[in-house]
Amino acid sequence: MTHLYDLLISPFVEFAFMRRALAGCLALALGSGPVGLFLVMRRMSLMGDAMSHAVLPGAAVGFMVAGLSLPAMSLGGFVAGVLVALLAGLATRFTTVKEDASFAAFYLLSLAVGVLLVSRNGSNVDLIHILFGSVLAVDDAALLLVSGVASFSLVVLAIIYRPLVLESLDPVFLRAVGGKGGIWHLAFLMLVVLNLVAGFQALGTLMAVGLMMLPAITARLWVPSIGRMLAFSVGLAFVCGIGGLLLSYHFELPSGPAIILLAGLFYLLSLFVAPLGGALPRYIRARHFES
Amino acid sequence: MSVRVENLTVSYLRHPAVHHVSGSFAEAEATAIFGPNGAGKSTLLKTMIGALKPDSGHVNLGPFQRKDIAYLPQQSEIDRTLPVSVHDLVATGLWHQTGVFGKVGRKQRAKIQEALQAVGLVDFAERPISALSTGQFQRVLFARILLQDAPLILLDEPFNAVDAKTTYDLLELVRRWRDEGRTVIAVLHDYEQVRAYFPYTLLLAREVVAWGKTELVLTDLNLRRAAETAAHWHERAPVCRVDEEAV
Repeated sequence: MTHLYDLLISPFVEFAFMRRALAGCLALALGSGPVGLFLVMRRMSLMGDAMSHAVLPGAAVGFMVAGLSLPAMSLGGFVAGVLVALLAGLATRFTTVKEDASFAAFYLLSLAVGVLLVSRNGSNVDLIHILFGSVLAVDDAALLLVSGVASFSLVVLAIIYRPLVLESLDPVFLRAVGGKGGIWHLAFLMLVVLNLVAGFQALGTLMAVGLMMLPAITARLWVPSIGRMLAFSVGLAFVCGIGGLLLSYHFELPSGPAIILLAGLFYLLSLFVAPLGGALPRYIRARHFES
Repeated sequence: MSVRVENLTVSYLRHPAVHHVSGSFAEAEATAIFGPNGAGKSTLLKTMIGALKPDSGHVNLGPFQRKDIAYLPQQSEIDRTLPVSVHDLVATGLWHQTGVFGKVGRKQRAKIQEALQAVGLVDFAERPISALSTGQFQRVLFARILLQDAPLILLDEPFNAVDAKTTYDLLELVRRWRDEGRTVIAVLHDYEQVRAYFPYTLLLAREVVAWGKTELVLTDLNLRRAAETAAHWHERAPVCRVDEEAV
């Protein structure tokens, strides 16, 4: 028993930075999990990745103005992300370019601006900090930001849930009944950007996408309804958060990659054994019904 | 007062798909839109729901508003891989009642049950939509139209790849809608279906070939004219001057 306690509990009891990281992971899981699931359902799985790159120049501008200040970099990142989402949305709406293509174009533009700014005005160490973050260095301000974003995301998702699901399911119908699909879509994209920005101090821009997408993609392999998938992806993201923190504590690994790799491991395992969509259960078929 | 089309032209890359079409749909009746491929049938419906902008002219919905229309597109863009049950998909037909926040209560559930009964899918309520056949799925979409309770119903080739029994069942629903005083407009390719269920027909070949009582419209001569008109697609067609000449 004491062995298990040392392994799983005592790191959090003994160290304040571990407790803080734990709270941060819970908040990230609550916000990112559902957002990621909607990205998967809307076939926008790669959009999170694109948006995480789009955030970079804003964060760089924030860094140039205020140094390593979380509010400045977060605000900058949010503005840049929303700007890319808006421009890509407008391009999709008023030209014949498809949404994925216009997102690709605008995030690449944004990324190039970001790299340019960072290389002209900062050192590589700063860039690495922005790209990879550190959940073990989460301070009070960051914790407030992450939990604030998580709360806000859950409230907004609760409000836009029905039209968002309907817009994923049958966009033509929603437009035909006057449901104004664009507004819900835009509100949702804002949430994507917000959650990426929230994840960015803890996990870095690149790793934040991992916690958003991997549990959500895994959820589709395990459970059959939207409600249960939401719960599953939040739960899995949190479990990966705890597990990743413990791994990083015991083996002195960087925390971000440890968390994401654990989520990746669950995904790989699920590819084989998950009852709903996994490879093995499809071969071991239950006997069919009479009709 | 009924749905009127006034000198309507809608084009793709400047080539008209619907060309100076005028006329009106019989109210509280079923009208079939008949014509060869590329005759502008779907384009006309899409313009009626406001999804396409006309080059010139317009559609006057008469007593109806946009929200009074139930529209079934030719190829639904429904993502059938999403984990949604038949019941929930049909329930979206209640959007006008429930909106973003409204409750789906006992009364609404009873209505959904009724609609599923009418299309013969009561036992399918809890099945995921990914587990349905083409015909079953079309029945689900008709159940949703039943729930929409719309006075104006537009159907774009609703019986493509649907078997005879299902087609018959769904056509009986069209008859029921007619009896209830709804206006039904459907794009169809089957001569017999039109004759049996649609008292009025618009024969379209980019332009109106004939429009009126079905037995007067679907004559051999008219059908031949429709086929000939539709066959012409000029890559270097001159700019149309019809509107200027009319002035």
